[in-house]
Amino acid sequence: MATGHFIEGIAGGRLSSEQYADNFSDLHPPLDHHEALVESDRCYFCYDAPCMNACPTSIDIPLFIRQIATGNPLGSAKTIFDQNILGGMCARVCPTETLCEEACVREVAEGKPVQIGRLQRYATDVAMGEGKQFYKRAEPTGKSIAVVGAGPAGLAAAHRLARHGHDVTILEARPKAGGLNEYGIAAYKSVDDFAQAEVDYVTAIGGIDIQNGKALGRDFQLADLIRNYDAVFLGLGLGGVNALRADGENADGVANAVEFISELRQASDLSSLPVGRRVVVIGGGMTAIDAAVQSKLLGAEEVTICYRRGQEHMNASEFEQDLAAANGVTIRHWLQPKRVIAENGKVSAIELEYTAMSGDRLIGTGETLRLNADQVFKAIGQSFVPAHLNGSAEQIELEGGRIKVDAEGRTSLSKVWAGGDCIFGGDDLTVSAVAQGRDAAESIHRALTSNGRA
Amino acid sequence: MADIRNTFIGIKSPNPFWLASAPPTDKAYNVERAFKAGWGGVVWKTLGEEGPPVVNVNGPRYGAIWGADRRLLGLNNIELITDRDLQTNLREMKQVKMNWPDRALIASIMVPCVEESWKAILPLVEETGADGIELNFGCPHGMSERGMGSAVGQVPEYIEMVVRWCKQYTRMPVITKLTPNITDIRKPARAAYAGGTDAVSLINTINSITGVDLDSFAPQPTIDGKGSHGGYCGPAVKPIAMNMVAEIARDPETRDLPISGIGGITTWRDAAEFMALGAGNVQVCTAAMTYGFKIVQEMIAGLENWMDEKGHASLSDIIGRATPNVTDWQYLNLNYVAKAHIDQDACIKCGRCHIACEDTSHQAITSMVDGVRHFEVIEAECVGCNLCVNVCPVEGCITMQPLAAGVLDQRTGLPVSPVYANWTTHPNNPMAKVAAE
Repeated sequence: MATGHFIEGIAGGRLSSEQYADNFSDLHPPLDHHEALVESDRCYFCYDAPCMNACPTSIDIPLFIRQIATGNPLGSAKTIFDQNILGGMCARVCPTETLCEEACVREVAEGKPVQIGRLQRYATDVAMGEGKQFYKRAEPTGKSIAVVGAGPAGLAAAHRLARHGHDVTILEARPKAGGLNEYGIAAYKSVDDFAQAEVDYVTAIGGIDIQNGKALGRDFQLADLIRNYDAVFLGLGLGGVNALRADGENADGVANAVEFISELRQASDLSSLPVGRRVVVIGGGMTAIDAAVQSKLLGAEEVTICYRRGQEHMNASEFEQDLAAANGVTIRHWLQPKRVIAENGKVSAIELEYTAMSGDRLIGTGETLRLNADQVFKAIGQSFVPAHLNGSAEQIELEGGRIKVDAEGRTSLSKVWAGGDCIFGGDDLTVSAVAQGRDAAESIHRALTSNGRA
Repeated sequence: MADIRNTFIGIKSPNPFWLASAPPTDKAYNVERAFKAGWGGVVWKTLGEEGPPVVNVNGPRYGAIWGADRRLLGLNNIELITDRDLQTNLREMKQVKMNWPDRALIASIMVPCVEESWKAILPLVEETGADGIELNFGCPHGMSERGMGSAVGQVPEYIEMVVRWCKQYTRMPVITKLTPNITDIRKPARAAYAGGTDAVSLINTINSITGVDLDSFAPQPTIDGKGSHGGYCGPAVKPIAMNMVAEIARDPETRDLPISGIGGITTWRDAAEFMALGAGNVQVCTAAMTYGFKIVQEMIAGLENWMDEKGHASLSDIIGRATPNVTDWQYLNLNYVAKAHIDQDACIKCGRCHIACEDTSHQAITSMVDGVRHFEVIEAECVGCNLCVNVCPVEGCITMQPLAAGVLDQRTGLPVSPVYANWTTHPNNPMAKVAAE
């Protein structure tokens, strides 16, 4: 009987338990003390540092690195948390290669940026390891704020609001807080249940009540929140997954990459997680990479990412693409799904059509390719589902299918702010969600306290 | 191929690189290894009087400061002269000299400031076949408390006296090693010269505390909760040492006094700089203590390569070449104008030149041009101070470019004068020498 890679169809237990453990260990192991000192010495302490300007949360990177170099990792952590209370997770999941590290002048000089992400992890690990809390709540303001969604945006908003002395209730649909930090993101980027540890660290400030299993539109309505709270922050994330628009996509074995990643993150035993022998992932973003790499790490024999445009158009960073390649994932470009081919209701292959640019329009060339597959993951983007929002209250204004906000995160409704992936103009990054949550919290604070004065 | 053979006060060595009297030269084992690695000469670690040897502390003897990547920049030590028996040292010196006849072997000596003490030890040293002696008037710690080392080096009269004794009681060439812990290095050098010394060597180490333990509040290196100033050496002291070498080399009273240059020499370039300022050879310690004896191979090859590139056939072509160019501030040409220039292709846009100039100097470097991060010298503000060059992490990115005579200096609005003019004749100088009416 076939074992391991060679088990046909979608099956678990393809690897030994050691292989699972090894495959899903920390992608970027933490820097030890010596490594952190050596690396921090490389920072030039630039003026108006490009790294800092490239950071969506504007962390004072030269300062926090200098604090590591001078033996003050706690001070360093505070510099990070002042701007980004989820600095620990961002250190792990930020695509630093397209943000701070891309801007690092040593990238310009030598093609080897300072490892800012790993240094950030070093400092935040020290502080979180010691349970060091840097912030005390201000005197109670008597104001209460509802935060919908315990993802990065919601947590960042909640922490900042709690700091200012407001009482915060977070309503979260899922059984656990953390949002995509808990349910998204490849497992090897957030090991040892870090997402939960971070939620605990953030909420340790006090004044934040997280209620799990509370979904907007099912368990409560926006109108209730507007009535019962002084302000509302919506950090809903994206509930929908875009369809392939390919015939036969309802066949058994066609799944959402997002759900696959979520199941993997929540699995207590990775060997129980079934994966196909031949997996095709449709998409070109981080989710596609995460799903493809993890399929491979779970023991799939062949994993192919098919993306309908060229390599240079992929949302996944070059680092992520290289990571996929290094793990044996094949990335193919200029292919779009056309038809899922099923046998006995189960996926057996996918037919793809070659694409090309015609002027500035992407067109199918008519030429097709058939890839055998027993599992197909859809990773062609997520969409905002506004249905739950509307109906109970005034219509909230949308833009590009997501919530429209101003520069401070204010929505079209007077007491309602929003941030994270659910707003228009977001870039679907954890770090951006944190920035939006934080800034919306400051805006709420100003609105509730007449320019910040209680 | 350049000839780097060295003859210093008649002492021949295959290259100008000697190991200074210090821990690396305390016994035959180390010195044999040094000669095998290629060192041209060795100044044996300082010998003391016959009798029970000195004792050292049994805790840390060294302290240090570091640069980026924990590169050792400065070392200090509280180790005393050799703590081995005199006869053992003499026996080993004799054997080593026999094994390595082409290498220089110098005996460093420190005995009490009494004629009999010097008279007693000199024949014993002479018997080893050593090529010369070095009088240790430099060690600033421990021995100085007993009236030796820098306690002698700080009193020119004592220097002259002891040098006279040595010249009287031995035929060996005498090198007088000077302490930098004085205000004017020319005074002890003149005294040694007056006493008849064949050469001076400098610098010995500088009084220093390298750090303070912030838990125990004790200076480092810390011995059971206390610390004492040590002698500071290594790359950090090189600029101080070079100035002192130059001061002696250009002093009309000592300008023909041979100098063995010491102080932070780590590479061939450091050695070449010391020699250019007037040192006839160099002595090295901290670099060997940091990286091992092999570094001499880089020094030899580097010096030869540079001399070949520049067409210098022998060391005499470079020794003292920079000495005439060391002058007093008052003779610097005030009509010389240079401006910083940033090579935009080399610039990595760290902005350190801008912030250094903006915060602490003359507001002469942009940070933004047309909304784009861009660092460029504003010539109308640039005083040519060179700070930007010094803080730039990219070598050669920022350079100082002299303005040719006649070119408009945008800062002053005046054309650059072709005439040399210094402070002594400057109209702002109340002491200016005015031409007779």
